[in-house]
Amino acid sequence: MLKIHIPTPLRPYAGKQADVAIEAGTVGEALSGLVSRHPDLRRHLYTDDGKLRAFVNVYLNDEDVRYLQKEATAVRDSDTISIVPSIAGGRAGLQIL
Amino acid sequence: MLKLKKSDYDSLRRHGEETYPYECCGVLIGQMDGEQRVVTSIVRCGNTRNDSPHNRYNIDPRELIRIQREGRERGEDIVGFYHSHPDHPAQWSATDLAEAHWIGCSYVITSVENGKAAVTNSFELTGTDENDKKLVDEKVEIG
Repeated sequence: MLKIHIPTPLRPYAGKQADVAIEAGTVGEALSGLVSRHPDLRRHLYTDDGKLRAFVNVYLNDEDVRYLQKEATAVRDSDTISIVPSIAGGRAGLQIL
Repeated sequence: MLKLKKSDYDSLRRHGEETYPYECCGVLIGQMDGEQRVVTSIVRCGNTRNDSPHNRYNIDPRELIRIQREGRERGEDIVGFYHSHPDHPAQWSATDLAEAHWIGCSYVITSVENGKAAVTNSFELTGTDENDKKLVDEKVEIG
């Protein structure tokens, strides 16, 4: 079964686990399996209309699935999916053009 | 509360001086000790916001995955992040809050004035989800 790494902020909603083993054929199936097993994760990963939240990055091994086949990306048992919320920010304010 | 070694505190401040007038960024690795986040090491990261590095930062998720993997091999985890505000207060901005998603982690900000690190503050991202998240002042213990 493949492994899904759960980031620190989402572990309280995944039974406090850092990793969840899931049986799946695609990234989409893996994430569906994850939220079926841990329903409290759903609102943290998906918007109300069922889309992955923009700040949630999903990596298959070291590849961003946005640049593969997104949720249709095929997976193998030896793969690892990492859920990585964005790290960004800054003082922002006026942009210098 | 956040506990930092003096060497790590000095290092993250120095990072901001080195990247001035651009924002620096990095990851805090460590462990939870009750409600306290204890930092055992910091990892400098690149700022991918080449379009606006003087007032924005972004850490490449691939760097995070590597950092996380290496930390977990030592039984440690990501406990927070740091970045700098060139010529701007060490206070979180609306952008900092909007783009903070690691609830339960510390966000350390250093003001760097005319190339010199001035104030360093830390904030815990509290709340349960995107609707009620807040950055709250937290004490930093350096030793």
